[in-house]
Amino acid sequence: MGDEVLPKSRGMKPQQKRLLIEIAVVTAIALIVILFVPPMLVDLGQASRVNQLGRFLALAIVALGIDLIWGYTGLLSLGHGILFALGGYAIGMYLKLQIPPNASIQLPEFMSLYDVKELPGFWKPFYSFPFTLAAVVLLPTLLGGLLGYLVFRNRIKGVYFSILTQAATIVFFNFFNGQQGFFNGTNGLTDFKTINLGRWGTCIQSFYPSIKSWNINSWRLVVAPVCWISKEDINSEQTQFIFYTLTVLFLVAAYALCRWLTSGRFGRLLVAIRDDEPRVRFSGYNPTTFKVVVFAISAGLAGIAGALYTVQTGLISPKAMDIAFSIEMVIWVAVGGRASLSGAVLGAVLVNFAKSFLSEQFAATWLFFQGGLFLLVVLVLPDGLVGWLRSQPIQQIKTFIGIRPQVATYPRIEEDPEIQRERENLES
Amino acid sequence: MDNFEDTKPVATVSTIGEKIVETENLTVSFDGFKALNHLDFSMDVGELRVVIGPNGAGKTTFLDAITGKVQPTEGQVRFKGRNTKRLAEHQIARLGIGRKFQTPRVFLNLTPRENLELACNPKKNIVGTLFRRSNSSDRRRVISLLETVGLTAKADLPAALLSHGEKQRLEIGMLVAQSPDLLLVDEPVAGLTDEETQNVGDLLLALAESHSILVIEHDMEFVRQIARKVTVLHEGTVLCEGDFEEVQTDPRVIEVYLGKQEETEA
Repeated sequence: MGDEVLPKSRGMKPQQKRLLIEIAVVTAIALIVILFVPPMLVDLGQASRVNQLGRFLALAIVALGIDLIWGYTGLLSLGHGILFALGGYAIGMYLKLQIPPNASIQLPEFMSLYDVKELPGFWKPFYSFPFTLAAVVLLPTLLGGLLGYLVFRNRIKGVYFSILTQAATIVFFNFFNGQQGFFNGTNGLTDFKTINLGRWGTCIQSFYPSIKSWNINSWRLVVAPVCWISKEDINSEQTQFIFYTLTVLFLVAAYALCRWLTSGRFGRLLVAIRDDEPRVRFSGYNPTTFKVVVFAISAGLAGIAGALYTVQTGLISPKAMDIAFSIEMVIWVAVGGRASLSGAVLGAVLVNFAKSFLSEQFAATWLFFQGGLFLLVVLVLPDGLVGWLRSQPIQQIKTFIGIRPQVATYPRIEEDPEIQRERENLES
Repeated sequence: MDNFEDTKPVATVSTIGEKIVETENLTVSFDGFKALNHLDFSMDVGELRVVIGPNGAGKTTFLDAITGKVQPTEGQVRFKGRNTKRLAEHQIARLGIGRKFQTPRVFLNLTPRENLELACNPKKNIVGTLFRRSNSSDRRRVISLLETVGLTAKADLPAALLSHGEKQRLEIGMLVAQSPDLLLVDEPVAGLTDEETQNVGDLLLALAESHSILVIEHDMEFVRQIARKVTVLHEGTVLCEGDFEEVQTDPRVIEVYLGKQEETEA
């Protein structure tokens, strides 16, 4: 009985081929974005756009996280701003604690304004670079996991979950806003000066002089990532380019992670949870665990994105925990295309560039454009840009060049596999 | 259907007389309304049982109580002698109870093959789902299940494109893929054509060779096709139990189905 069906397992090979093609495409895009886009923008006199692109690519990482939790698993989180901001505050405090040893007050300057005499205990570990890196990922992950566990264990879902996450942003917003001595209130952490990696920097430092002597502008930028130098000015071209490169690399890594999570059985289970959670439960899976894990991963991605965004903007403030920002994240994914990873990345970059262009051109009215864009997508392209590209033009092009002939019969006899099979059986 | 045996390697049909599922004094009340009222029910291993009853008799609540969707207010449910109280739905499912819902509930965005693959995954925790690769015996199992439910040709279409009857069969296939010892099937032929009803009936009879099955049904024709022993539920409790003919002629059954005519006349 298996003979006629088993050959289907040979279908693995095209899958591997497709995976290889995808890896090649992603690598190529990443290399282009790292190597060619910045010099090109500089040549066009748009040097500031490099920094912008870097920031938007950081936002694309959080968009991937949103896509994972919303697009695939069907949980609309309106609270990713918190997780994003936590990553930002973690790296921000690490940078704030880089105080020159000869300074009279060994505290971030805002603390003395609010009469804080000693660094609060919970900030102390942030002197350490490895700890900060761990905190950037783990703080949001743990918070997401905990929040997710409490919410999902009680089977809170749908709109109630969204409202709850939104309420959480208000709580965190007010907390960070109110604690001026700890977090500098509304102003947030800003005015970063140096990035001194201490012991971590010195070993790489030794490589630097040899590369510096090359003195070919764009190529020096290219090699810069391997020569992270101690006591580097955080706003220097090189350091910013390192952040840019790191952002692209992290984005690729995040994409690979999400791709791996969503492609196999795990990914199909996420879709199954989105489609019919009780059915998943009665099939013997515990959806709660899966949802908690996915939410935690998505939170970790938000934290990384927050840190990369913060070092490139030089600012992290409670504004990142604003409800509007969390909703914007959802808009990026909706515009790009839910349940499509490339859509999330594309959406984040496109919407943000559109936003910055519009806000430059029409300073007063650009918010209307943004609202209009969202309405347009919801009404005309419910599957987002990528979903529309997948369904419309590709089909039409295929029909046009004759790959998929236009079917005239109703109800599509040529396309019904059962009928095709019968026909094959009759012919053989 | 003849290939069915090899799709179910862990079929455990043990000695007749052992109970697969029993309820004892089972009461489920919602805000004082007793959907199940001191229900005593038991079913042997390997049995095919049909439960009928008028609307509101508590049939679906009965399944909910067995599968852990609702907790008993009083009394207990024992599956293979084990009290299932305080177990979550997925834990009960892993013990070996598969449930089919009234309306077909399959994962519409996945293909029948993927639906079955998810259901027959032997390790249903995170690690197993994430890292365990499906081996050739898994794949063969899925292929023979597709054959059993007659969906081989449509194995790689999204399940959303299947017809109602095909979805019903796919869902039954997913139940079987879980390798359960007990199948709970809630109105499997509601809304099906006669031919599809016949198909589903044959499928259930074939499955009954190696599983214990509890079917809830309204359609009397269908009950006649598959029934061996019938239990009639009424107002949350067992009204009577016996062969199809016995039950059909029982005056109490006629009364609850046709209304209490004698009383109004008397």
